[in-house]
Amino acid sequence: MTEDLNWAIGGEAGDGIDSTGKIFAQALSRAGRHVFTSKDFASRIRGGYTAYKIRTSTDRVQSVVDRLDILVALTQRTIDENLDELHEGSAVIYDGERSWDAEIPDEITAVDVPLKSLAEEAGGAIMLNVVALGAACELTGFDVAYLDEALEKRFGGKGSKIVDNNKDAARKGRDYVQENYDLDLGYALETTDEDYVLLNGDEAIGMGALAAGCRFYAGYPITPATNVMEYLIGRIEQYGGHVVQAEDELSAINMALGAARGGARSMTATSGPGIDLMAETFGLVATSETPLVIVDVMRSGPSTGMPTKQEQGDLNMTLYGGHGEIPRFVVAPTTIDECFWKTVEAFNYAEKYQTPVYVVADLALAVTEQTFTPETFDMDAVEIDRGNLLEDDQVAEWLDDQGRFRAHAATEDGISPRAIPGMTDGAHMSTGLEHDELGRRTEDTEVRVEQVDKRNRKVETAKAEEAWDYREFGDEDADDLVVSWGSNEGALREAVALLEDDDVPVRVISVPYIFPRPDLSEEFEAADDVIVVECNATGQFADVLEHDTLQRVKRINKYTGVRFKADELAEEITAKLKEEVPAQ
Amino acid sequence: MSSQSEVRFTDFKSDKQPTWCPGCGDFGTMNGMMKALANTGNDPDNTFLVAGIGCSGKIGTYMHSYAIHGVHGRALPVATGVKMARPDIEVMAAGGDGDGYSIGAGHFVHATRRNVDMTYVVMDNRIYGLTKGQASPTSRSDFETSTTPEGSQQPPVNPLALALASGATFIAQSFASDAIRHAEIIEEAIEHDGFGFVNVFSPCVTFNDVDTYDYFRDSLVDLKEEDHDRHDYEAAKGVILDTDKEYQGVMYQNENSIPYHEQHGVTENMAEIPDGAPENATDLVREFY
Repeated sequence: MTEDLNWAIGGEAGDGIDSTGKIFAQALSRAGRHVFTSKDFASRIRGGYTAYKIRTSTDRVQSVVDRLDILVALTQRTIDENLDELHEGSAVIYDGERSWDAEIPDEITAVDVPLKSLAEEAGGAIMLNVVALGAACELTGFDVAYLDEALEKRFGGKGSKIVDNNKDAARKGRDYVQENYDLDLGYALETTDEDYVLLNGDEAIGMGALAAGCRFYAGYPITPATNVMEYLIGRIEQYGGHVVQAEDELSAINMALGAARGGARSMTATSGPGIDLMAETFGLVATSETPLVIVDVMRSGPSTGMPTKQEQGDLNMTLYGGHGEIPRFVVAPTTIDECFWKTVEAFNYAEKYQTPVYVVADLALAVTEQTFTPETFDMDAVEIDRGNLLEDDQVAEWLDDQGRFRAHAATEDGISPRAIPGMTDGAHMSTGLEHDELGRRTEDTEVRVEQVDKRNRKVETAKAEEAWDYREFGDEDADDLVVSWGSNEGALREAVALLEDDDVPVRVISVPYIFPRPDLSEEFEAADDVIVVECNATGQFADVLEHDTLQRVKRINKYTGVRFKADELAEEITAKLKEEVPAQ
Repeated sequence: MSSQSEVRFTDFKSDKQPTWCPGCGDFGTMNGMMKALANTGNDPDNTFLVAGIGCSGKIGTYMHSYAIHGVHGRALPVATGVKMARPDIEVMAAGGDGDGYSIGAGHFVHATRRNVDMTYVVMDNRIYGLTKGQASPTSRSDFETSTTPEGSQQPPVNPLALALASGATFIAQSFASDAIRHAEIIEEAIEHDGFGFVNVFSPCVTFNDVDTYDYFRDSLVDLKEEDHDRHDYEAAKGVILDTDKEYQGVMYQNENSIPYHEQHGVTENMAEIPDGAPENATDLVREFY
């Protein structure tokens, strides 16, 4: 009996793969099981292979593995794509009545279920995936009743008849397998009394924004960031806010800038190509000292790249993008729950330091769903810090001798007072032109230097005032150090366990801050080997860390478009440790 | 907020001396804007001005209000953001013909169709002034400039027609030098509930020797003196598509205009964010059960 079960459904895009997977994931989550999902999809609406994978356990799961136990295959390609991951104990559910002759290796249990016919009996062929879910329940010893709640959630809006038909379809699938097969694959999905929540990174970012008091969002649809907008629409209104689907990314960031100038907590989200377009206004946001949160959910680049594939290739763009020299903060959540918390933090940094803050997530975080205890998102722990946003009666303290508001006052910590429309005597202009304390254009050499220094000083202040920390796991006494950023953390956590079993202890540092970032000099100094793991070809994070620490690191880079898997990482780390240390 | 004493138009003036060329149409355009703002009961503390780039974009420096001087062509999205966050604030966007009808043409179409409640003033001098005399989208096709030595051979953009096609609810044109009418028209645009668009003939005395004060003075037809019904869409279409004449006045006004923020039920000042957990915070998490 294995506690850890890997299940997948695959077919053509448009086959309802995503919603079917989600129904099963929700059912597992309601049954008190932990779930980690991953999606394999092509950049097209219909046609093209697409799959939804679930790893489930009573323990917390946070990565994918190269193993598939139950596969619902709606096409031959689904079987072919997953051959490597199928093993002797695996079962493939397919519909032998359909026009293709499924080729399934002999050692794998083939479970032929007339999905379509049974669905038609239940009320419509469209429910064939749900029949398959019922069949999967039987094979895994999972009570089909757990599907009911998920089906209600999914189809409740369409009326009770649809819900009942779906429940019936699931039972038909279960009964068919029960009656026609006598199988014991050894799976028995235990349930617990836990009530987990199941959400993905995009949703966590959206929820974080709401919790942080975001009231305005403007964006342009782009994979894999669109879900942030889709989450906020319909919800932000309940808090008096609004989402605009802008005409393009240039407009989106400018609208968000406008709302922020109006005093609202404001955000936009996009992916790499959109960040390129937004770079134009990015400089204005920074120079006009406007608090703004800009989310970049990375996908494979450059250019249109591979829109539906994983990569961590935008670090340099967010860190250095934009002409001229621009102070900015870059935070990069490493887990789905951090997508929530780092977004909250980003809003506080943006207002405290009156600066643009990038939240850099990656596709693997954005589309992956994971279970958490609800307390993980403890809203009472959310603190809102609006920084130097003045009260009406404080404006007077910041007027010059002619009664003009010093919006860009060159204070010691670099942070100026902030007045927003409606505040008496706070009226002032801001501009992307170099300006004086009043926001007026200047080319005066001294003022120029004063303002550049003032803006940069905010970073120094932030470095001193905030905890730019990191998360650490593995063997703290190990000689070798692995460093990572972004979504690789989950796979690394499991890789560490695998490495321990092989007696290869490593210490892992997962860094959620790109700029400012923690100083790892001492950690690097103390380690024999340092390996930096990231999903890009050139090692962008490794580069900045080498620069910081003046020490060469080893690199594990993956840029296939697929995230790291735990077992693969364990192998690569072992191999890397045996390599010569690069020359200093 | 508003001071007790009555606001005068000079309250909207900053102490910065304009660097526009002597005689520039933008002086008149700006004076009219300030008068219109004061006449409609606004004050600098409840007004937000978004300026574009180029000579016209400098207006943000010469006027006194909450303001931002943006990047080229993007004034309208910024103004949209301000208005949505602050439905309580008077929002005005100002820029030139290059800013509005070239690089910003896409935004113009969309801000217009959204019907965002703001006043958009375009200082149209039919030339690029600050970059020293290149063709603009409203330059005449035979107008010779440094970048069109034989004329552009392309028809100019008709901004009023572009607005009409985009679903504008208020379309007007004025002449910077006709001070009273210009201020009057801007005032009407401010009072309009929705996107108040005013194309202003604002002559460039340095680089445009065709579209001059004299030219406009001689050719301008004021719709106020004609029998024009601004609420009649067909009549509006007639004057807007009539490129043989230069018109001044309000060409079109949709009486049923509902501004974007009202369409979407946005009424609150979004700057007011309570500290601590949001109301019904647990619902946010519960959705993911």
